[in-house]
Amino acid sequence: MTPLLSVQGITKRYGTHIGCADVSFDLYPGEVMGIVGESGSGKSTLLNCMAGHLTPDAGQVVFDTRTDGPHDTITMSEPERRMLGRTDWAFVHQHARDGLRIGVSAGGNVGERLMAVGERNYGDIREKATDWLGRVEIDASRVDDRPTTFSGGMQQRLQIARNLVTGPRLVFMDEPTGGLDVSVQARLLDLLRGLVRDMGLSAIIVTHDLAVVRLLADRLMVMKTGRVVEAGLTDQVLDDPQHAYSQLLVSSVLQV
Amino acid sequence: MTEYNFAYLDEQTKRMIRRAILKGLAIPGYQVPFASREMPMPYGWGTGGVQVSAAVLTPKDTFKVIDQGADDTTNAVSIRTFFQRTAGVATTTTTSDATVIQTRHRIPEEPLHEGQILVYQVPIPEPLRFLEPRESETRKMHSLEEYGLMHVKLYEDISRHGHIATSYAYPVKVEGRYVMDPSPIPKFDNPKLGDMAAIQLFGAGREQRIYALPPYTQVVSLDFEDHPFEASKADHPCGMCGATDSYLDELIIDDAGGRMFVCSDTDYCEVRQAAGHKRKDAA
Amino acid sequence: MYVAVKGGERAIENAHAWLAEERRGNTDIAELSIAQIREQLSLAVNRVMAEGSLYDPDLAALAIKQARGDLIEAIFLIRAYRTTLPRFGASEPLDTGIMACDRRISATFKDLPGGQVLGPTFDYTHRLLNFKLAADGEVTKAPSRDAETGNVPHVTEFLNREGLMEEAPHDDTPPPDLTREPLEMPADRALRLQALTRADEGFTLGLAYSTQRGYGRNHAFVGELRIGSVPVEMDIPELGFAVEIGEVILTECETVNQFTGSKTEPPQFTRGYGLVFGQTERKAISMALVDRALRWEELGEDNVGAPAQDAEFVLYHADNIQATGFLEHIKLPHYVDFQSELELVRKLRREAGAQQVQEAAE
Repeated sequence: MTPLLSVQGITKRYGTHIGCADVSFDLYPGEVMGIVGESGSGKSTLLNCMAGHLTPDAGQVVFDTRTDGPHDTITMSEPERRMLGRTDWAFVHQHARDGLRIGVSAGGNVGERLMAVGERNYGDIREKATDWLGRVEIDASRVDDRPTTFSGGMQQRLQIARNLVTGPRLVFMDEPTGGLDVSVQARLLDLLRGLVRDMGLSAIIVTHDLAVVRLLADRLMVMKTGRVVEAGLTDQVLDDPQHAYSQLLVSSVLQV
Repeated sequence: MTEYNFAYLDEQTKRMIRRAILKGLAIPGYQVPFASREMPMPYGWGTGGVQVSAAVLTPKDTFKVIDQGADDTTNAVSIRTFFQRTAGVATTTTTSDATVIQTRHRIPEEPLHEGQILVYQVPIPEPLRFLEPRESETRKMHSLEEYGLMHVKLYEDISRHGHIATSYAYPVKVEGRYVMDPSPIPKFDNPKLGDMAAIQLFGAGREQRIYALPPYTQVVSLDFEDHPFEASKADHPCGMCGATDSYLDELIIDDAGGRMFVCSDTDYCEVRQAAGHKRKDAA
Repeated sequence: MYVAVKGGERAIENAHAWLAEERRGNTDIAELSIAQIREQLSLAVNRVMAEGSLYDPDLAALAIKQARGDLIEAIFLIRAYRTTLPRFGASEPLDTGIMACDRRISATFKDLPGGQVLGPTFDYTHRLLNFKLAADGEVTKAPSRDAETGNVPHVTEFLNREGLMEEAPHDDTPPPDLTREPLEMPADRALRLQALTRADEGFTLGLAYSTQRGYGRNHAFVGELRIGSVPVEMDIPELGFAVEIGEVILTECETVNQFTGSKTEPPQFTRGYGLVFGQTERKAISMALVDRALRWEELGEDNVGAPAQDAEFVLYHADNIQATGFLEHIKLPHYVDFQSELELVRKLRREAGAQQVQEAAE
């Protein structure tokens, strides 16, 4: 089977400082990969390199495109990459405000990607937007409200709806539950788990929260100072960490 | 004013502007940056149109200037006088006699013919400007054809008002590629933009942009399938000539708020009146 | 009755005649001469030259007279005139190091080679209305001494010798020309300075002030401010060498700004630069502060989102001729656009009204 995403030797330096170094892995369709590590471990740099927000100094990010098969997205032209960004790829930011148009109604937020790929029927767009609001547990009556009137958890769910509406094949998530209250986190995780299962989503989730990966990720990579120190099946890594740093991470969670 | 060159601008400058015009014609709807000059009228008062007119006028041309459809409004008079003085060209108010027509905010009612040039004065050439204030970003959006945001704006209008709430400067897509601002013409005029026999040139002096539509270009007003674009006007006949197919100005005629609607295109109205058309008394 | 603006032509002629009369004012009062404006309102003349981008005191004085003292209008006249002038070539770069200084001050060093010269400044005047001027403007002669001869080194050069000052490497790249090419982003420093030197004084002052109040603070000292005349040389191809074609009075301001340095560069001071036609020191200092604020990117500083750091914002809004034209164009008729808005609003209101009636019925 062709991997959906094949990451090879991704390296990114900031001057003399290493962002991430020589990271490689394959992600297969329907798989969820978790990337964990403390802040400064390079996990966000890696995610941004993969998603095309940063240009790595070395390495390839090969995506199995619908039309032409596997393609290195780093050497791809910007129009092609941006096209991916609004069709097959989605990016869920930690802060919902970074991923939403704050001055545009909830319906407009969800509808934007549909319109960007050429949908021109107002009624259809609105219907799909309303349907998606329902799927992320936002009442349909809020479709014309702006996200500024939403709670933090609702904003994050709206961001997820806005990303998933075009049926992306790969979702990048950067600390999707960060900054939310614990009870709100639990509800969001539950929702994400449902969506991942129902849609058969492939996703890469960066987080410092092991509970998130425990629930959502099939596989796990542990990063420290820009390098992957351990990788494997989620349960395996969490229940029987091999690397000293992974052990520390897991035990620090247990202490909480 | 003999000390000035023909049509005010020096030949080098006119050549530079002509190059921008040619580039604009070659890439319909694309905004070509040009080194706009300081003209002896203020920015925002038609300096872009004046520079384009100066670059295309020849001594044999017949020049017409309309502002809001009228030949005799003050700014139209001012610009027409400017070219009478600096280029000595013949001027006219008759649409069909003119070879170059400079306009602000209207397209003449009478269909233009081949060989004519319509020059628009453009205040803000960037159709995406009020969605994204940064020029560097909007240029990128054009080059990557990222126009989703434009439709988000229309979507928001419908969800809030039930209609697309843009009544002038209504954005269009040119030949399926560039989204273009047609200048602040009423959307009533939008259907005339497409498939026009005349050359259409757009000049934005302050913003330093020229763009163009060659004859018979496909121009489509943005809309939704289920909320199609509608060219609307006041639902009245002209109070002077009785025309029911022309864009109308509304005049307040007495203290009691009495109103009258008349053609905004003064030449069109006068020609019809001369031909014996009168307002319907019932109106 | 059709009463719309007919006879625009005659209205314009009459307006112009009235304007001319108003400009002249009461004819019992002696008319101002160009020379009087040039000599007695010289700072206004300087501003018009600087923002009009044309060094000609007599033309600037004429423009001020014609504009009834409205300086932006006068600047506009000069700019429009400037458009029609043929361009013979460019001068050699001016050397402000050989400036014959009327004024030279440093806020960073108490004494320096070449000395401080206070010059004709308002700085230490008490701002009390001098009613004597209302009756009699005669003055006694100011004391004078011989001018210093020789070069006047720049203060920043002293700091430079110690390596305390950011290097300003010699660069022979011809600068872009704002008046011959469209302004496009990103703008390099030469282009930014070009735009700033003819930018509106008030706008530049406001932006500079905002940096001092914390919107992109860069902690500026006036390293040196100098005002004086500098010879202008031009290379004459027929001769094969440069000849002096005249002198211009300039105001130059170099600010010394704090900079903490980075891992690769030791701490050193950075520069802001202002150079403006005529005696225009408020403008020159403002320009230096804004220049410095705009340099955040090349100096590896954070963009704190301050207006003065935003080159696109600053450069697209700094030109008062562009700004005033567009601002004032809303006086022009907008019947057509307004009419279409009027119809739309009526239609939306009609529909909203109908909906309410229907809801009430249900």
